[in-house]
Amino acid sequence: MSETIVIAEINNGVIADVTAELVSAVIAFGGSPTIVVPCVDSSIADAAGYAGAGRVIACKDSMFASYDAAGWAKSLDEVTPVGSIFFAATPRSKDLAARIAARRNLSVVQDVVAIDGSNLTSPVYSGKAMQTVSASSDVVVSVRANIFAAAAASPAEVSVIDQSGDVLTAVEELLSRSSERLDVAEANIIISGGRGMSSPENFSHLERIADVLGAAVGASRAAVDTWDDIPHGMQVGQTGKTVNPNLYIAVGISGAIQHLAGMRSSKYIVAINKDADAPIFQYADYGIVATWEETLPILEQSLSAMMS
Amino acid sequence: MSEIVVLVKRVPDTNARIVVDGGKVDLSMVKWVMSPYDEFAIEAALRHREATGGKVTALTLGSADSDKILKDAKAIGVDELVRVWDDSWSELDSNSLQSVLCNVISGLGAQAVYCGKAAADTGAGSTCPGVAERLGWASISNITEISFEGGIKVTCPVEGGSAKVSVPLPAVISCDKGAFKVRKPNVKGIMMAKRAQVETRSETAPAVTVSVVNQSPPPQKPEGKKYSGADSAGEVARLLRDEANVI
Repeated sequence: MSETIVIAEINNGVIADVTAELVSAVIAFGGSPTIVVPCVDSSIADAAGYAGAGRVIACKDSMFASYDAAGWAKSLDEVTPVGSIFFAATPRSKDLAARIAARRNLSVVQDVVAIDGSNLTSPVYSGKAMQTVSASSDVVVSVRANIFAAAAASPAEVSVIDQSGDVLTAVEELLSRSSERLDVAEANIIISGGRGMSSPENFSHLERIADVLGAAVGASRAAVDTWDDIPHGMQVGQTGKTVNPNLYIAVGISGAIQHLAGMRSSKYIVAINKDADAPIFQYADYGIVATWEETLPILEQSLSAMMS
Repeated sequence: MSEIVVLVKRVPDTNARIVVDGGKVDLSMVKWVMSPYDEFAIEAALRHREATGGKVTALTLGSADSDKILKDAKAIGVDELVRVWDDSWSELDSNSLQSVLCNVISGLGAQAVYCGKAAADTGAGSTCPGVAERLGWASISNITEISFEGGIKVTCPVEGGSAKVSVPLPAVISCDKGAFKVRKPNVKGIMMAKRAQVETRSETAPAVTVSVVNQSPPPQKPEGKKYSGADSAGEVARLLRDEANVI
């Protein structure tokens, strides 16, 4: 078998935790990965050594300050050895995975949630079925977070390669984000509200709990479609963002197929709904049949007491 | 004048129940539709044509069953319909599929390609960046707004928020729901679509290296704990810490 490579996931200029999970994913694939770190400052690559993994290549390029699909793919491709390549299944890295696969005339398998040798399993039809494929040659894979155990850190030899890539697209203006909060796509804990919240102002109750937990606030499609104050960027579901955090708290959300498609793979799901027959309860690890008005203050108080 | 291509795909209705039988998804009973995000791509392509003049070609890869969604695209306002297919193809992997699409797009002389952010069946979202890379073009994924004043400017998610990004042509652009208000077919469009001709093409596809082993229903979660009354919130908070270890 040829070499295996993990492309480190970078978040806010540092190596994201999911990178350690990618190492375990490659071990399940039967490899011992070389880690490639896209970076502006190569010192971040010192943290990219893992037990079970091999050497670290810091791909240093000022272009990595801002994403451009073509530029990033070319720069990384030039320093990445021949072999099967693993990315985190974030929107940016899925994009990059497809680019690098195309550069090498390889196929790409996205959103993988289980690996057994060369067999790779991902959800299809928005999670209504699972599909296992087998790769007969090198392949590019993106792996979802919170599935594989994180490999332990272990010092490794780092080689730095200086690159100077060109970008095709140009950011003209960073738009102020809808809130100062964490984006649902980046969060480990998400608390989401549906139309059962009765008004967009009531999302402040969700924000208070989000503050306690360091969580992102999400919304169902029904809430986004009903209230202009709830932006599409908050939407979790088939036409919004697909998330799989460690904890997903659904408040006043009935559990339409649309919504379930975007969050059913969350590790733990809590549902708070006054309707005991709401479909969301079938997917909840912990369900509370009660109004949110009564439940959220008690939940906030209990969580605050625990976190302090 | 611009040659514009919009990629569309026939998929099971997103509300359809998906049945798995004998290690394979059984799609014989589902209703088929155009993948929902493709409607935003058509809207963006039509706005591009309105801004610069030119022609929009809807392109799909599929058997004759896919003619219906091409005609749906015609009813909304695209100009030409092209379907590429070879009866020897069954499940193409991303490499073979993108190679075929690239050859057709090059043959059409396109300068801009629009597609949905992902097809509703695979959800992979690989086609936009993959096709762009093969063509040596720029790409931008998951855009939520587009304008054509002083070149193409799109709004798309970036780390920690969103940004306005200028995109040089030629480019492949994938469209999310965002701010797009999608136009609906009118009577004239529907009449024209009925008479529209679908041009069929064939291409050589590289051998597949990724093949489906089996399909299965999603794993069933063990039954959760269900409580009545708001007072149980304290107990649930404790379980999240002590049992689930997630806080």
